Amino acid sequence: MDTALVNSVNLQFKSIPDNVSLARVVVASIGAQIDMTLSELDELKVAVSEAVTNAIIHGYRNDPDQFVELQIERYHDRLVIHVIDRGIGMPDVQEALENVSVSSNSEHMGLGFVFMKTFTDNVEINSEKQKGTRITMVKNLVFRKES
Amino acid sequence: MDLHLEYEKDKLYAQLKGEIDLSIAPHLRIELDNALDTKQARHLIMDFSSVSFIDSSGLGVILGRYRRLTEVGGTVRVENASPQVYKILEMSGLSKIIEITQSNVAVGEKGE
Ligand SMILES: Nc1ncnc2c1ncn2[C@@H]1O[C@H](COP(=O)(O)OP(=O)(O)O)[C@@H](O)[C@H]1O
Ligand SMILES: [Mg+2]
Repeated sequence: MDTALVNSVNLQFKSIPDNVSLARVVVASIGAQIDMTLSELDELKVAVSEAVTNAIIHGYRNDPDQFVELQIERYHDRLVIHVIDRGIGMPDVQEALENVSVSSNSEHMGLGFVFMKTFTDNVEINSEKQKGTRITMVKNLVFRKES
Repeated sequence: MDLHLEYEKDKLYAQLKGEIDLSIAPHLRIELDNALDTKQARHLIMDFSSVSFIDSSGLGVILGRYRRLTEVGGTVRVENASPQVYKILEMSGLSKIIEITQSNVAVGEKGE
């Protein structure tokens, strides 16, 4: 694995809905520096949107006076994106993934992690009750040969 | 949220614009529900031709209106979703329960 860091961005922003699009824009502009296709970029934006949304609504239960952290590391062969909150955390990650309350009156569809997993190459969830959650998503950069 | 509403009998036509995420979803939900209430509309037709992004917050709004309208024998339809947005709608399973049509141009590529 290539360990040389080509670029990195650290951003801390208030836990408010308006900042979900901010996170998307930052990731998209890093992605645009790389040879990523438009549809890969769009997919990455969905993954980041889901992680940041979860930090705000689940991690911080919509408390606007908290902070979400977005860390982006670009290596030659991959993009690593961390979304971090210091909110309620998940006592049992596996259970949170499997038992999303898709109740009949809820409009939460439990698709956040599905999108994160589908649109990136690896998702790691580190979470501790009352301490917070760190989501790490890896997008491998495939260098296309010029034809 | 840029939202334009039109009525025709029991149909509500909603033209949406922009990115539908957590910052937009709650407002969109309220505005659509208000419009459906006031006009007693049973069918909601959403024009997505100017929607450039959707995530699960937006999908939740569609699902909620679908549930509400099916209870009164109504329907929800999404028209002209861009290929990218269409893919998200499809992956969510919403395309199995509501009618969704796709446009073949990405938002912003129409050379307006
Ligand atoms: N940052 C977070 N902090 C605490 N709990 C979380 C966090 N992210 C996700 N979760 C838990 O994991 C579940 C699944 O998340 P997700 O797949 O995005 O579905 P949804 O957000 O629609 O419930 C959430 O319902 C929540 O219980
Ligand atoms: Mg979610």
